[in-house]
Amino acid sequence: MVVDIFPDDEHWHVLLATTYSGCPAIDVIPTIVRTKFEDEGIENVVVSMGISPPWSTDWISVEGKEKLLAYGIAPPNGSPSLNDEGKPKQCPQCGSVHTSLVSLYGSTPCKAAYRCETCLEPFEYFKCF
Amino acid sequence: MNFDANTGRPKWGDKYEFRNESLQSRLSPANNVPVLIFVNSRIGNFEPTTTSSMEAKTKYLLHLADCPLILGQRLGEWCGHGPVLEQDIALTNIALDLIGQARLLYQYVASLEGGKTNEDSLAMLRLEHEYFNLLLVEQPNKNFGSTIVRQFLYDAFNLYQYEKMTHHSDVQLNAIAVKTLKEIKYHFRYSSEWVTRLGDGTEKSHQIMQEALDDLWRYTGELFQPASYEIELMSESYSMDLNAIQSQWMDKISTVFNLAGLIIPKTEVMQTGSKEGRHTEHMGYILAELQYMQRTYPEMHW
Repeated sequence: MVVDIFPDDEHWHVLLATTYSGCPAIDVIPTIVRTKFEDEGIENVVVSMGISPPWSTDWISVEGKEKLLAYGIAPPNGSPSLNDEGKPKQCPQCGSVHTSLVSLYGSTPCKAAYRCETCLEPFEYFKCF
Repeated sequence: MNFDANTGRPKWGDKYEFRNESLQSRLSPANNVPVLIFVNSRIGNFEPTTTSSMEAKTKYLLHLADCPLILGQRLGEWCGHGPVLEQDIALTNIALDLIGQARLLYQYVASLEGGKTNEDSLAMLRLEHEYFNLLLVEQPNKNFGSTIVRQFLYDAFNLYQYEKMTHHSDVQLNAIAVKTLKEIKYHFRYSSEWVTRLGDGTEKSHQIMQEALDDLWRYTGELFQPASYEIELMSESYSMDLNAIQSQWMDKISTVFNLAGLIIPKTEVMQTGSKEGRHTEHMGYILAELQYMQRTYPEMHW
């Protein structure tokens, strides 16, 4: 979600793309980014959130998707341009492909609630966006 | 906008607007819009625009912002009271989206007003007659069915309103619309699926849905009746042609209501006034709750 990083005479500017307008982490993310810079000894950082071009799950790298899966969230699988949330490839817990949608909204707007029909555990799926 | 001759980057500070070629080359060629940035700052940095239609423009943008704010506040009332956990979470997640959308629009208005206002003062410190939301969104939640019907009527309208707005000549409004439409499509999928499921569900659920539709239908006329500021802005194509949206909206909702077995009532009298600041009796109570903290502890932040 990093759109650009560049310096001017006084500051480093970090530009981030907003995921969902109502993302609960919208104020937390810039703080974390700023802290990371401060940990490296860079103090004069201005972090900004942008809306255009709109963020898309297509921007998530292969590595990012692997990290989501390892964390227990099924990564987006499908194309946002089809106006469809797609479907998880597998259950992040047991790897089963037999899963079913419980609710289009999970614990945050970006995710849907799913259930694995094999291990019966609930899990979250990151919707295509 | 001023670009630095050496770096090709915009000069930072006068406007939060710049172009990012490297990113654009990674995106589809069709997505050829400048990157627009809203800083999470409380002061807008845009040059105040002074045109004759400025007041109408501000009112129109506030109308667009007030709708998701008030509906978001209404949906937030479901927090902890949803019929089942998943739906409690879904409604409050949609509320989050709506309040996020309202923020984008309030930030834009504040920037146009050159720092006289900010997103919080616009959302929290206006008087009742200074809000221009639709009557539909201020109606009480009543029950899950009624909340869903209200949501569905609103989502279907926005599907077309925001689709049109993605072609808007105002780049900022255009960018907000492109962003927002992605979310609205999910809201619509959610509400339309529930309309079908409950309308075509049990006898009881069908009855509740039909009652909700009969009750709320009188507030839908206002969706397509332009307010004074919308009429004023029509000449410069800043506001939408609501007639064109009405036929698309009617087609869409008729299809879903048919599937759900719900009948659109033949209401002759439509209620209007909210877009001009004349609200139903519910609005004062919504604002009392919404504004309480800011009124009691002015300029309080999280």
